Formats: sequence, C-alpha cells, structure tokens
Amino acid sequence: MTWTTRTSPWEKALRYALMTAVLALTVGPFLWQLSTSLKGGTEDLYTWPPRLLPRHPTLGNYAEVARIVPVWDYALNSVKVAVASVLTNLAGASMAGYALARLRFRGRRAAGLAFVLALLVPLESVIIAQFTLVRELRLNDSLVAVVLPGAVGALNVLLMRNAFAAVPYEMEEAAVVDGANVWQRFTRVALPSVRGTLAVVAIFAFMGAWDDFLWPLIVLSDPRHFTLTVGLNHLHGTFAQDPRLVAAGTVIAVAPLILMFVCLQRYFFRGVGEGAVKG
Amino acid sequence: MLRPVPGRPPRVRRVPRVRTHRAVSPWLFLLPGLAVVAVFSLYPFVSTVGRAFTDARTLSPGHWVGLANFRAMAADEQFWVALRNSGLYVLLVVPFTVLLPLLLALLVEKPLRGVAFFRAAYYTPVVASVVVVALIWNWMLDDRGLVNGLLRLADAGPVPFLGDEWLLLFAAMALTVWKGLGYYMIIYLAALATVPRELHEAAAVDGAGPLRRFTSVTVPAVRSTMVLVGALSSVAAFKVFAEVFLLAGPTGGPAGQDTTLVMLVQRTGTGLGGRTGYASALSLVVFVVALLLMLLVLYAGARDRTTRGPEGEAR
Repeated sequence: MTWTTRTSPWEKALRYALMTAVLALTVGPFLWQLSTSLKGGTEDLYTWPPRLLPRHPTLGNYAEVARIVPVWDYALNSVKVAVASVLTNLAGASMAGYALARLRFRGRRAAGLAFVLALLVPLESVIIAQFTLVRELRLNDSLVAVVLPGAVGALNVLLMRNAFAAVPYEMEEAAVVDGANVWQRFTRVALPSVRGTLAVVAIFAFMGAWDDFLWPLIVLSDPRHFTLTVGLNHLHGTFAQDPRLVAAGTVIAVAPLILMFVCLQRYFFRGVGEGAVKG
Repeated sequence: MLRPVPGRPPRVRRVPRVRTHRAVSPWLFLLPGLAVVAVFSLYPFVSTVGRAFTDARTLSPGHWVGLANFRAMAADEQFWVALRNSGLYVLLVVPFTVLLPLLLALLVEKPLRGVAFFRAAYYTPVVASVVVVALIWNWMLDDRGLVNGLLRLADAGPVPFLGDEWLLLFAAMALTVWKGLGYYMIIYLAALATVPRELHEAAAVDGAGPLRRFTSVTVPAVRSTMVLVGALSSVAAFKVFAEVFLLAGPTGGPAGQDTTLVMLVQRTGTGLGGRTGYASALSLVVFVVALLLMLLVLYAGARDRTTRGPEGEAR
C-alpha cells in the first residue's frame, strides 16, 4: 500500500481499480444529479438499469424551476454575498494581518489574542446572539446581515499575518529608506509579495459565503432575499415530488464552484493545509 | 504613542524592525478586522453567557432567572434526545473521518499517471454546499432512488433510509463522512509527504507486509496529524446541523427523534417567538462540549506521544 522502489503491474492495476471505485462513489452522485436534471418530463427516472445519459437531453427543467421559484434571483443574491465577503475579507484580513506582523505598537499582543479567541468561539454557539444583535441593528432580513458576521474571518487575519511575517524585510527597509509611508509600504511592497495567500483567502471566503446555510437560514425570511442554499431548501420542501426540478436547482448552485475549483485547484489545496494547521 | 519600549535593546525580535511613525496607523489597519471580530464574535459570546441566565425572547430582553434555564434543560426530553444524537454523531463519525481519508491518501500518494485527476475529483464533495450534497443524497436514498434500485437488484426490499429514525441519522452520518473525505485526505497527503521513504524501504527489506508497514511505519509517522483530524472532526461532528436538518427535515425526523443540539438551538431561538434565553443556555452547552472535545482529543494525543517516546514524532 505504500512506497516501495518499484511498482509492480499488479499493484498498479489494483490501485487504478480502487481509485476508479472511489471516483464512482465521490463524483458519481453529482453526475447522476446532472443527468436527472437533463431528463425530460416523459422520461422514466426509475428505469433499471439506471440510465446515466438522458434519452432526450433537455434544459426544460432549468426553465421550469426558474418559473416556480426565482432561482436566478437567489443566484444573484448568492453572488452579491460571496463577492462582498471576498472583498471585505481581502481588505480587512490583509490590513489587520499586516499590522500584526509588521507594525510595532502597544497592544499588538492583545490585538492578536482577540483574533485567536474569536477562532475558539464556534459560530454555532453564538448564532442566537448574532441573530438578536442583527435584529437590534435593524439589519435582519437583509443581505448585509448575511455578510457581516463573516466579513473578516479571524482565521484569514492569522493566515495573512503569517504570510506577511514570512516575507523578507529587506524589501520593506529599502522602501522606508526611500521615504515610503506605512500605507505605501503595505500596498506597493508587502501586498504584492503575498499574492498566493490572498488568493487562498479570496477562494475560501467565496466558498464559505456561497455554501453557508445556517446563518442565512436564520437571518433571511423574505424569499426575495434568499440565497441559493436557503432557496434550495425552500424548493426541496415545496416541490420535492419532482426530482428533476430539484436536480436542476442543485446543478445551478454547485456548477460555479466546481468550475472555480477546476481552474484554481492548487489554491484550494493550499488553503486546506494552511487553514487546518492553524485552525 | 508609539515609541521604543524602554529598557529593551533594539532589534530583539524578528518583527519590530520596521517602525511606524505615528501610533494611530496600526489601529487604523486593525480597525475593520477587530471591529468585525469584536462585534460579531466576542461580544455575542459574552452576551450569550449573560442571556443564558434570563428568560429573554426574541422581542423582549427578559429578566434574570438564575439557573432556571439549565434546570428546564435537565427536564427537557428534547434536550436529552438532541444531546444523545450529537454525541452519537461524534462517536460514530470521527473514527471514519480519521481512518478513511488516511487510507485514501495512501491510495493516491504514489505519483502514478493521472493521480492528480483522482485527487482533485475526490475533493468535489468538499467544494459543494452541504445543501446541494444533502439534496443529491435525498434523491439517491429515496424509496425509488438509485441506492434502493441497487438493493432491489440484490433482492433486498426498499430500505426506508429517509423514513426511519435511526436510518436517517446513519444516512446523515455517512453523508458527513463522505463529504469530508477529500478535505482530510489533503491534510494527510501533506503529512505523508514528510515520511522518509527509507523507513518503508527498510521495513520492506525486513520482510514487513503492507499491513505491518501501515501500522508500524505510516501510523506512527502521521499520528500527530491523526490527532489533529480527530480534534477538527469531533468538534465539527458535535456541531452538526445541515446534514440532519436537510435529510430529516426541520423538525428532526419522526417525532423529532433526529434533532441535534444545534438544530434545537436554531429551532428554539429563532423566529419571532424565539426563546432566546433558553437557546443561549443550549448554545453554552454546545460551546463547552465542543471545547472539551477538542481539549480531550489533543490531550489524548499528547499523552499518547509522551508515553510512546520520541520515535512517534511526526515532524
């Protein structure tokens, strides 16, 4: 099962067979869902053996699901929330991370500790307090309320701090000699050298906001403000009888992320490594 | 005011060589991040502790009631069911999330042709929202779904995965394990990359078979990663919400028997009639148990290592 100097043909065959079996288990359900979403109303969904390729592929279910629930509005809300979360996290986490890693001031330790403590508080244990708070601020049932609690993730701040701390200083010292102020050093020297970590923060902020369910479910009550996840839950509750429509809805919700993942794979994997060790 | 700390020689640390000229700028840099964390994480925690001792409702701040919420909890049958379910979730999910991704990482560790594709593909369920994944499983586990079709082939009658209290809970657990496979696999792959190849070769020369090499080379080498995965996944499992909410429904399956602790928090504390005081007390239980679980796993891991001696060090 592990490293040896040479791989025997038997081992190779066994490995490929196992890898393919796991592939069927992990990706198969997604393909089955895609297939279901493309099957027309007259095609039997329950044939045996199951038919992965639709007999007459149709996009009709996508039009139909959009007719029943405003699925494109949900998608737009999700895009708004995810993009806002990416921007606030990039700005907030990189600024705070830079201050913690590079600036000298009284209270730096305490500020760093605040982010570590925030990391220890599970979201689920403060969700009622957040709900009450958002109500008191009269923000409930708005997309702003969906974004705010995750606008600057504590983990992202710590990731950025470590990234800045790893950049050699000499570059910044040169800028100081040239008379650059803090802001110029931050934007022109420091930020460009941590692009990789910025990408990780951006991707995980997007994914986190796009996939989030519990918080938007609690905060949003007006269907016009639903994000895709909350909207899908609603769709499932109302129209569960036609699997084709639910399938079309889920494909709309998952396709953008899978596409992003295919394009930006290495950042996803980097994020797991960095986030797990610190988290 | 920013100034050199008196009595400390300059350039003691790596960090403070580049200096700011004005003391306000660091705080301006920190302001957005600190504000969000303070207002939406630290303050809510403090207010949760305070509210747990009141009879607050969504629309009224309530009054101090001492330990009444906790006494009510002890008498609340729903609470015990929820605690049982969340506890079972940890007990039954964590062994699988610690072991299966490790085996999977070993499977895709060798640089065979196309292995990068398999690794990426195994990650797909991690990328997808739990809502999407739960709806897919919902369809597959339906009485007439794909899984029951396969079972029919083996002459087993339709299994009511989504109708039975226990089967529902087990299905949700399987979903959690399945969705986490790729995530923990990546963590293990990073750890496996640091295991010296010579160890395996030496063991192979000594005549150790694959199983023996797994238990006496691989496992000791990645033990600290297994502890990390154990800690991460037990906290996550205890806080389970979406999987059960979506498969069993908002009310938690037949007679609410599948309700988990976080589902109970969500159900009691939200909406216009939410009993936020009682829900805050429940939230504190979530917090304390999650923290204890993490400490317990980390402590067990640390103790295990010290009793086993330094050869157990992973890095």
